[in-house]
Amino acid sequence: MLKSHFVIELLKLLAAGMLLISFAMLSTRRIQRLITLYMWQGAILFLSTALVAYDAGLTELYFSAALTLLLKVIALPFILNWLVRRLGAQRENERLAHIPATMLAGLLLVILAFGLAQPISVLAATIMRHTIGIALAVILLSFLTMIMRRKAIAQVIGFLAMENGLFFAAASATYGMPMVIELGIALDLLVAVFILGIFFFQIREQFDSLDLHHLESLKEE
Amino acid sequence: MELLLVLGLPIAGSVALAVAGARRHAPEISAGASLATLLAAALLAVREVRSGPLLLWHEQFFVDSFNIFLVLLTAFVGFTTATFSRSYMRAEQLHRKLSARRLRLYHSMFQLFMGAMLTALLTNNMGLLWVAMEAATLSTVLLVSLYKTKASLEAAWKYFILCGVGIAQALFGTILLYSAAARILGHEGMSALLWTHLYAVRAGLEPAVVGLAFAFLLVGYGTKVGLAPLHNWLPDAHSEGPAPVSAVLSGLLLNVALYAVIRAKTLATGSIGPLLPGRALMAFGLLSAVLGSLFLWRQRDIKRLFGYSSIEHMGLITFAFGIGGPIANFAALLHMTAHSLTKSSIFFTAGDAAQTAGTQQMEEIRGLVRTSPALGWGLLLGSLAILGMPPFGVFASEFLILTTTMREHPWAAPVLLLVLALAFAGIFSKVQPMAFGENFAPQPPRPHALTPVYVHLALVLTLGIYIPPVLAGWYHAAAQLIG
Repeated sequence: MLKSHFVIELLKLLAAGMLLISFAMLSTRRIQRLITLYMWQGAILFLSTALVAYDAGLTELYFSAALTLLLKVIALPFILNWLVRRLGAQRENERLAHIPATMLAGLLLVILAFGLAQPISVLAATIMRHTIGIALAVILLSFLTMIMRRKAIAQVIGFLAMENGLFFAAASATYGMPMVIELGIALDLLVAVFILGIFFFQIREQFDSLDLHHLESLKEE
Repeated sequence: MELLLVLGLPIAGSVALAVAGARRHAPEISAGASLATLLAAALLAVREVRSGPLLLWHEQFFVDSFNIFLVLLTAFVGFTTATFSRSYMRAEQLHRKLSARRLRLYHSMFQLFMGAMLTALLTNNMGLLWVAMEAATLSTVLLVSLYKTKASLEAAWKYFILCGVGIAQALFGTILLYSAAARILGHEGMSALLWTHLYAVRAGLEPAVVGLAFAFLLVGYGTKVGLAPLHNWLPDAHSEGPAPVSAVLSGLLLNVALYAVIRAKTLATGSIGPLLPGRALMAFGLLSAVLGSLFLWRQRDIKRLFGYSSIEHMGLITFAFGIGGPIANFAALLHMTAHSLTKSSIFFTAGDAAQTAGTQQMEEIRGLVRTSPALGWGLLLGSLAILGMPPFGVFASEFLILTTTMREHPWAAPVLLLVLALAFAGIFSKVQPMAFGENFAPQPPRPHALTPVYVHLALVLTLGIYIPPVLAGWYHAAAQLIG
């Protein structure tokens, strides 16, 4: 019992860290910092999944945690860093307009997320039920990150962070998704990043920049 | 066995085409794989007709009246598109200087896309459905940007990001539904993800969670259906990709995404009652139909024009599913079939016309009926069919949708009539000069491969006059099932 209580407190702490990282992502200018933050988010996801697995004694969830560690803490940040270096985009800072307003919007999203999650968290039987609101907030904040960014890589990291939020939600609302499905999702994610890598080079070749404001010519006259 | 063939053939074809490299006969191999897939799908259909709904492979896959006709349709349009690709892509290779490697990518990804869509249709597992839908998106992203032009890169990027975000919402919906179902069905195995099991216990699912899950699934898969206001990717992806890709995106992918939405709707109806899901579908559908028909007017690019027409038609179908009941559902299913066949034939002719004229700008495409009669008449007949002229199949389904609307929701009938009128005037005023206008720069005659166009149009014509009893039986059973 005491063990479980300790685990719950620890999970809440991790969830809070997850939320903080999402806010940090919202306001970071440097691409490489963004990748580091993404890596930390993955690490927190790994830790919390492993903790739930330990508490519930579920082998499947351990696999899920291992998958997270491999893919989101090691492989994807490595690939992203490699891409940034290959594209020579380390120094590319982004001018983010309206940071205070963005933060305020983020706060509103968090409130919305907690409101939406209320009926689910009442029902969820798992020990992580308090964190469903946070998971939804992470998803919405990543969405906001994607909207606010103009750089292709930053948008992709927003997209990946959203996927982290989804996995966090899956671990919170139920004890994760079945293994086969998680594998399928992970495969899709990997292929997506691979395709995007090809894409970055093509965009670079055509526009000499990864800034997405070049990609705004297809509009209705 | 049939199932293994239906799912395995396209994927094996994709791998073979990727490994074999840029052979001269790659298009023939691709068409052959598609033909074999179609035959396997036909065998599966025969089995369904003989012995009723099937559950296969530890219940992970299923065949019922709702998905079997879509499987047949998908395999059929996949086959005709692969045959059309043969001549079209060879011409493109010369015109646009596509490298052999790009062509290899094209044929391989095309087959992968077919495999992903057939998996999405046939799986009984919501999680696998999601994985297959994502795979279908990923395999077409590189097809949309096949020409590597600035516009096509932009279109592909938009397609990827918007559909990626959309499909992430759908995953959240899936997770929510799973969490609600796992309380009843348990975490053991994948029972709580199987449609058949979910339907069995749907009355006992927690309504609040199911409602929220349905909202996420609707928005998520709805993005892929091209429902307004989530439709932004659709016209771009349709106009910038190669014509066969536009044909399968419009004719097949939208249908498959809608299929996922309707499966979710059926589940939600059983849990929270028909009112909320029905109204949500009607609202999205009507908005899409209205916006689609309005934006038609401003288009100059021939494939963009028909992209907006797809949004309009998907809106109509969604609206009909929203009304619900045996007749509206029947009409929606018929419209799915007729729209898919007609719209893919239109994209074949539009692509061919753009190739002939050397541009997709409609102002510069003129006098097709005189310069190349088969092409001109194909485009004209296809447009008349999609605009709901009798005796084509679209007329029958639109007529049914309209009469049901007048009976059940009379307030919406004038809006639908306005949509149909706007679409008619908008498209016909643009197609007419392309078919009959004066052509001042006569093109040298070139071979066309328009057999698929006329096969599709003949089928749509048949649907308008006579629906085969087997098909009608599927529609009726599926309409009952959807509720």
